[in-house]
Amino acid sequence: MKVRPYPAWITRLYVFAMAALAATGMMQMPLTKRYFISDIPGMAWTSDFFLVHKVHYLLAALLLFVIALVAVHWFRYWYERLVLTPMGMARVVILGGLVVSGCLRVYRNLPDVSLDPSIILAIEWVHLVLTMVMGGVALAALLMKCSAYAKRG
Amino acid sequence: MANEKKIMTGVSRRGFLKALSVGGAGMLIPSGVSAVQERVPMPSDGELATLLDLSKCIGCGECVRACRESNAAKFPEPKKPFPDLVPASRARAEDWSDNRDVDDRLTPYNWLFLQNAQVEYEGESYDINIPRRCMHCQNPPCANLCPFGAANKQTNGITKISDSLCMGGAKCRKVCPWHIPQRQSGVGLYLDIMPRFAGNGVMYKCDRCYQLLDKGELPACISACPEDVQTIGPRHEIVARAKALAKEMNGFIYGLDENGGTNTIYVSPVPFKLLNKAVDKGKGKPHMKPVIDVMADETNLATATLLAPLAGVAAGFLGFGSKLLKLGESGNETNGGSDES
Ligand code: HEM
Ligand code: SF4
Ligand code: SF4
Repeated sequence: MKVRPYPAWITRLYVFAMAALAATGMMQMPLTKRYFISDIPGMAWTSDFFLVHKVHYLLAALLLFVIALVAVHWFRYWYERLVLTPMGMARVVILGGLVVSGCLRVYRNLPDVSLDPSIILAIEWVHLVLTMVMGGVALAALLMKCSAYAKRG
Repeated sequence: MANEKKIMTGVSRRGFLKALSVGGAGMLIPSGVSAVQERVPMPSDGELATLLDLSKCIGCGECVRACRESNAAKFPEPKKPFPDLVPASRARAEDWSDNRDVDDRLTPYNWLFLQNAQVEYEGESYDINIPRRCMHCQNPPCANLCPFGAANKQTNGITKISDSLCMGGAKCRKVCPWHIPQRQSGVGLYLDIMPRFAGNGVMYKCDRCYQLLDKGELPACISACPEDVQTIGPRHEIVARAKALAKEMNGFIYGLDENGGTNTIYVSPVPFKLLNKAVDKGKGKPHMKPVIDVMADETNLATATLLAPLAGVAAGFLGFGSKLLKLGESGNETNGGSDES
């Protein structure tokens, strides 16, 4: 593996959060029971919609923490030394969309919030489509061996 | 924003004119049941709620019939045969199209039914009839958890499932504390995507006759009732009215705090515990138990989600800062910092 100019643990934490968010996001669709996934020992929780939902919230909090930590470092120190790779740039943009739509989704779920159904529909589908786009771009980046977001500039 | 404002003033003017012709100031502070009944509910008042005075219901079933008539055009006309679902052992079609007349439970063709409870309370016997349908929760889990945005709560308090977007996975039925939405297979979007592998029809339930409310008319069950059991109006007015009514009859309230608050408020002369025990319960026949707010954890977690980036920023400026930087500068790949996460 190519050595990245930033510590490995932050990469690992980010990859974990993203993978787990994608997984718990997909589990929002009621398919784990139908396809026996929740029958696998240790996977029964995947058919508990509320639990999966809450885990997605917690993972989102973790992701937002990591993003904020990295952003602060970027603007304080790294921007002088590092530049985003093209694939990194693409994914930062998609990530931004996922975060914004996800946070709007959390906002919509608050008790005193009523948004217009067409707005909710847009938020929902932006979130879902960006998840798929992110999956595609991440896979492409891996295959093209340019999965690092930044390199020394 | 500007758009919304226009719609709101438009509707309130119509409501205002109508109220003027009906009973002058009745629109502002309704004094009697009839004032509220004849009043056209205005979406600009925010969420609309209904009050059901169970002491009045005679169980005639007019509301059930009116509901079917009013919504007949929305009922599913499934294509048969249904897709062979995979895996057959787990996914089964649900078909009510040959049992459209069933009216003793909720079905895709029956969005309102009557429960009956014969109870003894404080030495008296009561025969209580309870019209049951979707409660139109204030923070509806059926809508919040729908992964396709097919179920939504409108700003006027109606929770509605879009029959053109619903995939029929029945998640809404599972997460609804009363398991209200009912499935019909062989209709809807899933037929056009991967009919055998994902989805299984469309979910149906009360949508409060939105097509009538949009025109400023009352939902069919309300206008059909000969006993004026139901009243509809802005939630704050309905809540006040329900409390006053309960006090007056020394009665009990259901739906006010259930699931964090609903827009369907029942008032009964006997405790709901007794009613819940006495009614026929089961599939399509909801209970009347107390219900905690099923979205409460998410509401709390939302704060955590909001605070997380602040914590990240703080960590960036404080302790983590120098450590990350040092590791980054030397290109050191040991994961010495992994414990900190
Ligand atoms: C700050 C980040 C995020 C927040 C606050 C967030 C929040 C949410 C919420 C509230 C839902 C609705 C759950 C439901 O339908 O019941 C959702 C759904 C979903 N999330 Fe996220 N999410 C975030 C990031 C992500 C990421 C990074 C991915 C994928 C890589 C992802 C994938 C999904 C998917 C596939 C769904 C289901 C489809 C949908 O409802 O649109 N989410 N997310
Ligand atoms: S009663 Fe059930 S179906 Fe009706 S709004 Fe509440 S959660 Fe949704
Ligand atoms: S129409 Fe009125 S009285 Fe008749 S069953 Fe319905 S709520 Fe009760």
